[in-house]
Amino acid sequence: MIDWLLDDSPSSRLQAYLGRAWRVFAALLRNPLAVVGGFIILVLIVMAIFAPLLAPYSPIGQDLANRLMPPSAAHWMGTDELGRDIYSRVVYGARITLMIVTMVAVIAAPIGLIVGAISGYFGGWTDRVLMGVTDIFLSMPKLILALAFVAALGPGIENAIIAIAITAWPAYARIARAETITFRDAEFIAAVRLQGASSARVILRHVLPLCASSTIIRVTLDMAGIILTAAGLGFLGLGAQPPLPEWGAMISRGRNFILDQWWVATMPGFAIILVSLGFCFLGDGLRDVLDPKQGDKQ
Amino acid sequence: MSFEPSESATDAREGLLTSQLLGSAAAVLRFCVVTAATFLGLLAITFFIGRVVPIDPVLAVVGDRASNEVYEAARQAMGLDRPLIIQFFSYVGDVFTGNLGTSISTGRPVTEDLARFFPATLEMATIGILIGVLLGVPMGVLAATRQGSWVDQLIRVLGLLGYSVPAFWLGLVGLAVFYAGLGWVAGPGRIDIFYDGIVDPVTGLYLIDSLVAGEWDIFWNALDHLMLPASILGFFSLAYIARMTRSFMLDQLGHEYVTTARVKGVPERRVIWRHAFYPIRIQLITVIGLSYAALLEGSVMIETVFSWPGIGNYLTNALLNADMNAVLGATLVIGAVFILINKISDVLYRILDPRARK
Repeated sequence: MIDWLLDDSPSSRLQAYLGRAWRVFAALLRNPLAVVGGFIILVLIVMAIFAPLLAPYSPIGQDLANRLMPPSAAHWMGTDELGRDIYSRVVYGARITLMIVTMVAVIAAPIGLIVGAISGYFGGWTDRVLMGVTDIFLSMPKLILALAFVAALGPGIENAIIAIAITAWPAYARIARAETITFRDAEFIAAVRLQGASSARVILRHVLPLCASSTIIRVTLDMAGIILTAAGLGFLGLGAQPPLPEWGAMISRGRNFILDQWWVATMPGFAIILVSLGFCFLGDGLRDVLDPKQGDKQ
Repeated sequence: MSFEPSESATDAREGLLTSQLLGSAAAVLRFCVVTAATFLGLLAITFFIGRVVPIDPVLAVVGDRASNEVYEAARQAMGLDRPLIIQFFSYVGDVFTGNLGTSISTGRPVTEDLARFFPATLEMATIGILIGVLLGVPMGVLAATRQGSWVDQLIRVLGLLGYSVPAFWLGLVGLAVFYAGLGWVAGPGRIDIFYDGIVDPVTGLYLIDSLVAGEWDIFWNALDHLMLPASILGFFSLAYIARMTRSFMLDQLGHEYVTTARVKGVPERRVIWRHAFYPIRIQLITVIGLSYAALLEGSVMIETVFSWPGIGNYLTNALLNADMNAVLGATLVIGAVFILINKISDVLYRILDPRARK
């Protein structure tokens, strides 16, 4: 099986792709931090999928007799002001966090990639206008911009996702443009064009796939920032609305009890830190494997 | 055939000089255009958020029970019946004359509010960046010269935490530990109520105002309140500045001229500070500028946690009250300061670094 994956002369496209994926995976396994990061993300995904099995209590079930209980065997992370089990809420919160980062990546990365690829491929005035707009967005403070967008769109998790995506795409546009320019005049592009491929086909089928690896690195590294922004919006009451167990919103609820019942606010914070660290580790590992040149600079 | 090449050489030299001058004039012009375009872009974004994104700004004012006549009258009074581009230009005109509208939650003009709240933000961010620079730069240098030492490991950990710890959470934990637990610092707010309003607000910066008035009690009290939020902001800039300093220094120390200096017997201290650190100070200015701008942004969260009466707190209060004039005004000011600091550090970099002038 591994011989088939590592075959130097793959007999099908699928074999080549899988072989490359296997090599990246094997290289990641040799990087301890990347393994730790990958493990954290894996735990997050498992928690999100199997939340009903892993959480001992309902995330929204109130139990006023047991409100603000400190961490114990029955309630691993204690209970909040409505007697809800914080551990169960953190487990269910993994679903919300995972959904937010996935949605932001799914919305922002393609927009950035297409803008950047068009800009780099056509050059000239197209490039100047598109990059001008990109640079204007890049030079804005992201969090403030996201806050203002949510204020106009109205609080809520969907609007928070849209607002974060609006502030996240320019970085990917820059990356895609830089990559596109390096092989815009390459012979394989000229060959495809001579065969009569349209610009759209060249960009979609031949340019964008080559931007994929640097975009994946950047998206993974950006995840921590996206999680923090989403949690910040939740903390300010602009993201997920109660009773959704969003980690930032949970910290916000615990604010009033921070001096006496510290666990209400601190526990969701540990979850945020752990997941952000996981994405940082995995992103660093991916960069070392996929783009060794950049890794040296750090 | 002449043996006097001097004339053409002088010509060539003059030509070169002229083209250099023209080149730098073009660079200055280009820079101004880019900066102006960025500010215009910021205005376009806030305009877009204020006028285009909300479903109906008129309804927000007149309420949904208003009759059609009232609605139309309000629409015309707000100028919303005009073409969008005209509305945009009148918005830009308003901003440049300092008219940002009236805040519905404070009842005062937004410009007035912002001028009152800005010094508090400035004071906190400035102390924060001072902490970041004064601790971060030496730590970064130390980490680069002693790779693998505890400072090096510490910077790695701090750098990672700087990326993954939510600022508002750290603020809450800081309050719980250092205010409630240990009692080392004063609690939320800028100053104890007891001292409030004694000193004339000259600059709006309490530390300076109290010193000017010679009121040491108030100075120490203000510092007591400022310490924790500024340290938490400072932590984030420290994490970034130390990491960047370390990587710049490592880059310099790998150069052959450093080896040469060592070989010819230059003391190690001098090699580090004079030969290796001196060239990176220009890059550091950019890093510090970026970090300062980021602190202004980060102060939004910290101010909310510490009930610090700055622009960030003003912004989040306005958000909760759906006070769009105040939201957009605060966004505009924070955005403009953010862009301005970035551009200034960019200009400084170009002026100070001969390589960037080309």
